[in-house]
Amino acid sequence: MNFEVLTPHSLASALDALASNEKLVPLAGATDLMVYLEAGTLAPCTFLNLQELWELRPVLALNGSLTLGALTTYRDVRLSAVKDHFPMLAWAAREVGALAIQSRGTWAGNIANGSPAADGVPALMAYDAEVDLASKNGRRSVPLAAFYRGYKQMDRRPDEIITAIRMPLPQPGWSDYYRKVGTRRFQAISKTLLAGRILLDANRTVKDVRMVFASVAPFTLRAVQTEGLLRGRHLTADLIGDATRAIQDEIHPIDDIRSTEAYRRRVTANLVRDFLAACGPVC
Amino acid sequence: MQISLTVNGKNYQVTPPPMKRLLDVLREDLAWTGTKEGCGEGECGACTAIMDGVLVLTCMVPICQAAGKHVTTIEGLAADGKLHRLQQAFLEKGGAQCGICTPGMIIAAAYYLEHPDEAEDIGEALAGNQCRCTGYTRIFESVKAASSLYSIV
Ligand SMILES: Cc1cc2nc3c(=O)[nH]c(=O)nc-3n(C[C@H](O)[C@H](O)[C@H](O)COP(=O)(O)OP(=O)(O)OC[C@H]3O[C@@H](n4cnc5c(N)ncnc54)[C@H](O)[C@@H]3O)c2cc1C
Ligand code: FES
Ligand code: FES
Repeated sequence: MNFEVLTPHSLASALDALASNEKLVPLAGATDLMVYLEAGTLAPCTFLNLQELWELRPVLALNGSLTLGALTTYRDVRLSAVKDHFPMLAWAAREVGALAIQSRGTWAGNIANGSPAADGVPALMAYDAEVDLASKNGRRSVPLAAFYRGYKQMDRRPDEIITAIRMPLPQPGWSDYYRKVGTRRFQAISKTLLAGRILLDANRTVKDVRMVFASVAPFTLRAVQTEGLLRGRHLTADLIGDATRAIQDEIHPIDDIRSTEAYRRRVTANLVRDFLAACGPVC
Repeated sequence: MQISLTVNGKNYQVTPPPMKRLLDVLREDLAWTGTKEGCGEGECGACTAIMDGVLVLTCMVPICQAAGKHVTTIEGLAADGKLHRLQQAFLEKGGAQCGICTPGMIIAAAYYLEHPDEAEDIGEALAGNQCRCTGYTRIFESVKAASSLYSIV
């Protein structure tokens, strides 16, 4: 096997190593990378094992905002109290593979793997997450909603490591919705998925809304146009109908081994209706 | 790369390639062959073990990340010459047929019995473990029989 591993014990030495060899591949929970390695789709490389970096340790710090260290796993979130403020994180965590994947797979790995079918990314994006990146040249943050540029194309330079993911504490009054449509309940990749949040006032006017979709575009898609259509409007059955049509112009689903474009369009519209109706005219 | 790890209470030093799968180190280097390979890609759960107290798929763990860890495999469940109550239940209730999924099933079930709050029910606890033989009913019955909760009923 032509695979080597570096295991640095401080972020500074990890960033030094990356600065001098940008071909190093960060290795976190390995639940994506081991699949590629086994499938023979990885060219020989040297991995940068992140597991010993205490700066990335799985803290779930809550003080006005939530900070997830880059090594935070799905299991860490499921077992923590942050789900009281960020229920979708726990719902999403439960959808990832099954327990043994959740105990190793990390949220940062889910982001950096860049799959359009990722289950963690939509929940993070719906909570306005920011990605903290560090390189030898300094640190910066990118809104997760602006992180993807194309299929597996993202705003991470090869010398950067994701160090943390941060989200503002939601204001009271938001309703959260998360629904993954897959072939079976667990251990299945989505055909379509909606992570939605909505803030209505007492007259059921949409004060603010987030709608993030998986598996219907080359990358995790925040539907800003459909959100814009809803914002400031009274949530009526007509408006919900408009939203189910507007979403069709924003998504770009394809036929693949998991589903068809037609099915994805239809079911995505149904998810939009289900989400809005759950908090809209009927309640 | 020299790595030390503990398997079923015994300490080992190994020098495998750093990305060798924990599964292969267990089976080939350390002769703990109870842990099985099904798919080799994280889907089937046949290779399930417990590492530092959490459920892992040993086909997804590169050995470099198992350094210094404590691993429990199916061979680590029986104690004092007596089968673990799950092993006994699988035997009595017909929870095993060909046996390939059985070590992983029993490890995942043992984890669930110790951490009942981490899954909603047996179905979720064993969702990562596939069986081509039993149709699952007898596996579920075996787990129910082994859990003290159900044996009171
Ligand atoms: C059986 C199985 C089922 C699965 N089911 C699901 C599912 O239902 N939903 C889902 O979304 N995913 C699923 N996955 C995919 C995978 O578990 C997740 O994407 C997981 O979050 C990846 O995290 P990791 O830490 O294991 O990443 P790794 O495999 O370690 O890394 C993944 C990628 O991210 C990069 N990376 C990791 N951490 C960093 C960092 N801090 N900075 C920069 N780059 C980094 C790596 O270089 C690599 O490119 C499944 C995988 C398997 C094997
Ligand atoms: S062999 Fe590891 S999950 Fe199938
Ligand atoms: S007993 Fe044969 S796969 Fe389960």
